[in-house]
Amino acid sequence: MKGEYWDAEMELLSREEIGALQFKRLRETLERCGRSPFYREWFASAGFDPARVRSMRDLGALPCMDKNTLRGDDPRRFLTVGLDEVVRMHSSSGTTGQATVIFHTAADIEAWAQLVARCMYMTGVRRSDVFQNMMGYGLFTGGLGFHYAAERIGAMVIPAGSGNSKRQIQLMREFHTTVVHVIPSYALYLLEVFAESGLDPRSDTDLRIAFIGAEPHTEGLRRRVEEGYGVRAYNSYGLSEMCGPGVAFECPEQRGMHVWEDSFYLEVLDPDTLEPVGEGEEGELVFTSLNREAMPLLRYRTRDLAFVYPDECPCGRAHRRISRIKGRSDDMFIVKGVNIFPMQVEKVLLGVLGVGSNYQIVLDTVKSMDEMRVLVEVSGELWHGEVKELNELRRRITDELRQEILVTPKVELVEPGSLPAGEGKAVRVLDKREHVKGVEDG
Amino acid sequence: MAKQVNVFAQNQPGRLERLTEVLLEEGINIRAITISGAEEYGVVKLLVDDPRKAFDALRREGFSAYLKEVIAVIMDDRPGGLHRVCRVLGDSGVNIEDAYGFVFQDRKTAILVVEVDRLPEAEDILRSRGLELLSDEELYSL
Repeated sequence: MKGEYWDAEMELLSREEIGALQFKRLRETLERCGRSPFYREWFASAGFDPARVRSMRDLGALPCMDKNTLRGDDPRRFLTVGLDEVVRMHSSSGTTGQATVIFHTAADIEAWAQLVARCMYMTGVRRSDVFQNMMGYGLFTGGLGFHYAAERIGAMVIPAGSGNSKRQIQLMREFHTTVVHVIPSYALYLLEVFAESGLDPRSDTDLRIAFIGAEPHTEGLRRRVEEGYGVRAYNSYGLSEMCGPGVAFECPEQRGMHVWEDSFYLEVLDPDTLEPVGEGEEGELVFTSLNREAMPLLRYRTRDLAFVYPDECPCGRAHRRISRIKGRSDDMFIVKGVNIFPMQVEKVLLGVLGVGSNYQIVLDTVKSMDEMRVLVEVSGELWHGEVKELNELRRRITDELRQEILVTPKVELVEPGSLPAGEGKAVRVLDKREHVKGVEDG
Repeated sequence: MAKQVNVFAQNQPGRLERLTEVLLEEGINIRAITISGAEEYGVVKLLVDDPRKAFDALRREGFSAYLKEVIAVIMDDRPGGLHRVCRVLGDSGVNIEDAYGFVFQDRKTAILVVEVDRLPEAEDILRSRGLELLSDEELYSL
């Protein structure tokens, strides 16, 4: 029996103990990095000598990494182990050479499963639970990350995957699902499907816990999920570069997500100066993995903006808590749980049209679901006067966008000059969605 | 060969107003107009007295305009007039992609404007079968 904690030893570390463990694991991680061709060069070009690191602060001498650092090199060169030690790879969204690949050893997979198990157990998941995982399986870490963890706890897993709403409801009812993992906007959409089927999830299912993550959402949306389903809903934070879900998670207090600091070293930096922000101030989350074998990452910029709660959590865990993600320090946006950059859209348009064209991405909420529209100006040079040509153009843009961003947008052709001209995220991406509007804090 | 001005237009209130305003400012007279539409957008097809001028003005005002070559066939304004033209083209395997017609004020002749897939050849076929085509000048000076 585990009692109240999945991993009491780690969960109940004091601040001092966390600091000491972090430094020990940082030293091990740096030593490990010395076996990676990429890191040897990275250290040398920065004039960084890992042997001279005397405290966590000394890590600050190393430049931050980001997605471009990962894309800029063969992912195998990051490995600190031989390729035959690698048992799995995951990849973030994007295809055609833009994807970031993360390798895992068997120990990485196990450590990750243990972290997510810790999260789930913390909110009350036990062996008697039936866990329906409504996240996409595959390269995306959200599906498999929770799957393995729930099995470690001993709950029964229904690997439902995403989509197919009627079947999701049928599975919930037939197998008495008690816990779900779901993208928040899909959770709201599914409520409508319940209503259309004449069912009320509060009385017609055994649901009691929902994990909602993979896209930013408001406190208000969480409450709607909780009231609609009659469950407690918990926010989840992770990124595939660190492992996937399991980096930070809400405890039953539901006020901030505990970052598992035995496994990740968190810095909150000003995105412009890369200097630490003041206590409790908002900044970009920058993580160093402390417990990963295959592909440790040092000072990895997430581009996610949040703050750290300065006070102690009544739950007794000293691991610091981060707020909801307030926004991004780059122009990435998330649709249906998939990360998308405007550059990907631009690249597809250039490929199909042969010339640059003014465009705008409009995100909206339609029937509680994300809708992505791509408006493209059709200039006179692009076109030879035929309607069927326009229809064909729209079809091709839609197809190629779907392949590039893994989401099917609604492509609309518009007249030249009808879109705001210019550069920058504010113009290129117009986000009118309800669940990202004014992401306030709980 | 006769030219028609094709203009891409979103299916929104006020778009045709803006387009016709440009033509008014240039003093362009419209002989015929049709709109082929998809749901959210369409193509406005204009037969005007000065297609080049209309095209330039529309481009200058930011419209996606295209000068499209078409064939203008003279038909008798009586039963069977259109049928005759279509039969000639059909027999020769020429596909009509779009067409519209209008009647002269004299009520004796009608004009059929056709967009076809094999353009120069289609003209020859029509002429060889005794049909009369309007030249650019004739068409614009109607």
